[in-house]
Amino acid sequence: MALDRWVAFVILCAAMAYGYAAFFTMDALLPPFMQRNPIWPSTFPKVLAVLTIITCLFILLGLEKSEDDGKEPDIDYRRLGDYHLSQALGLLALMVGYALVLRPAGFLSATFLFLVLGSVTLGERKLIVLLPVAAFASFVVWYLVDEVLGIFLRPWPFFL
Amino acid sequence: MIEGLLIGLSAAFSIQNLLMVVAGCLIGTFIGMLPGLGPMSIIAIMIPVAITIGDPSAAIILLAGVYYGAIFGGSTSSILLNAPGVAGTVASSFDGYPMARKGQAGKALTIAAIASFAGGSIGALLLMVFAPMLSTVALLFHSAEYFALMVVGLSAIAAFAGTGNVAKAVLMTLVGLIMATVGEGALFNMPRFTMGLMDLQSGLSFITLAMAMFALPEALFLVLNPARSAQGSSGKIENLRISREEGRKIAPVIGRQSVQGFFIGVLPGAGATIASFLGYAVERNIASKEEQEEFGKGSIKGLAAPETANNAACTGSFVPLLTLGIPGSGTTAILLGALIALNVTPGPRLMIDNPQIFWAVIISMYIGNLVLLILNLPLIPYIAKVLAIPRNYLIPFILFFTLMGSYIGQNNATELLILVGMGIGATVLKFADYPLAPLLIGFILGGMLEDNFARSMQLYDGIGFIFNRPMTLGLLVIAVLLVVIPSYRARRAKARKEGVAEGD
Repeated sequence: MALDRWVAFVILCAAMAYGYAAFFTMDALLPPFMQRNPIWPSTFPKVLAVLTIITCLFILLGLEKSEDDGKEPDIDYRRLGDYHLSQALGLLALMVGYALVLRPAGFLSATFLFLVLGSVTLGERKLIVLLPVAAFASFVVWYLVDEVLGIFLRPWPFFL
Repeated sequence: MIEGLLIGLSAAFSIQNLLMVVAGCLIGTFIGMLPGLGPMSIIAIMIPVAITIGDPSAAIILLAGVYYGAIFGGSTSSILLNAPGVAGTVASSFDGYPMARKGQAGKALTIAAIASFAGGSIGALLLMVFAPMLSTVALLFHSAEYFALMVVGLSAIAAFAGTGNVAKAVLMTLVGLIMATVGEGALFNMPRFTMGLMDLQSGLSFITLAMAMFALPEALFLVLNPARSAQGSSGKIENLRISREEGRKIAPVIGRQSVQGFFIGVLPGAGATIASFLGYAVERNIASKEEQEEFGKGSIKGLAAPETANNAACTGSFVPLLTLGIPGSGTTAILLGALIALNVTPGPRLMIDNPQIFWAVIISMYIGNLVLLILNLPLIPYIAKVLAIPRNYLIPFILFFTLMGSYIGQNNATELLILVGMGIGATVLKFADYPLAPLLIGFILGGMLEDNFARSMQLYDGIGFIFNRPMTLGLLVIAVLLVVIPSYRARRAKARKEGVAEGD
């Protein structure tokens, strides 16, 4: 099965869970005075759930012949290994890491590390250029956001 | 209108707003030039900055400046490197790049700048005439018609965005609408679908979603496939002059394409990309025989047409945003989100309640176009140096700015994890060839759509409003036709080689 139908399948499952929540769990909590309203909080989700399930089935069953124009896709997911997949995954892991250490390590060190490790992941080896650039950029961004825009960003780690 | 213009002039000519226009255009040009980063990503990254400015006119002036700048920057990289940074400027590379190869890069850039300037200015003029007219009509609309109009807008966007894959685009719109129902709705004061998580109480953040849908997948694609980020020095750019004869040749093209591009931009779902391709095709068809030969080999008409059309379309796409509050493209949807975050609701009342915002935007369009012409054109040889930044530096910075954008909006590190998660999801969707713009537009319109639906249901005590109001019924019928006809036609014909619909 092609990826787009797998995606449709996943969305179908999600839509069914969503529809179940809308049809069977929400209305019981409704206070009596709101039950006389023509529209309930669950009305719109119910409509959406039904429409989504229909559209998903439409794609899953292949009712719409997608026009195959022979267009070369930007990236062919079937040959994902041919691309720089490890770099992409490494950067994603770095982003998660950044999210986790941003508070405890403070903005300056977290950003500096992120920029340096990101470049190194992509294959940069000239540390003598990289380190000053990353340090300078972290400071400039912190200065702009914290001092100019006035959004507080804790610059130093929690123990300082 | 004169009164409005004066209000706009006084608002736009404050030092702060002038600075915003100049800054926006410069930033937009810089980033728009980088291949792979479209105006949507750039505007998404700029939103937190715009929101912290706090003044809605200044914020939208900044973002609009970024928008024109991005389109202009995109055409620069199209011409110099044959690497369009923006889908709306793909057509500019057809003739712009051959011109640059022939050593006429300077002339090509001048033509692009003049064509963009003319397209943008004529578009702004038309906007000034049509927006007030449309918003007078729109004042007669009730919530039932608003609901129907939004449905029309959403289905038009789905129909255009998914060339040949309407079902996928419709599905994305629905997913966007579903995501909009998470959190507490204004009408009911009751949390829905939060799964007990406090972080979801106020719903998903629109900035995070915009970043996750556009900036992050674009950056990941650049990492995966380095060939996408075509790099190189642009060579020497000199001799920016064009002759009087050449000027005479492109003048009628510019005139026609400004008007055509503008009206294509007004239609929901059809943005700068479609306008530029159509403009190119129309001009090629009506050119004389020997001029037709030249198209694709460095024709100045073939460069002027898409450049004029895409800028006029950008301006045109502001019409539904400012008068109806319904965005016609991904970019205007992001602008709408920014305006709502600033406590301004675009719509027919905008001209009455906040005339200074409405007119300041229009005046800033003129200023923005002027800035692009007189400031950016001489600076282009220097700005083009940005194309030589190594990607090892560029990509970590792009990722960092995406993270920053969603962090400073909320000051919440959990938001970053949501961003990465949704970004991975969006990348998978992109792999599977699902259009992402409808999802974001559905998300942004979802709240308003439900509010208007609920209001009409309450007024008419049930679903009867659809049949009691002929206009609502008519609009809903149009909406259904918009989705059904293309998918019916797609079954039979497979035409359309150039399905570059995303990105404006």
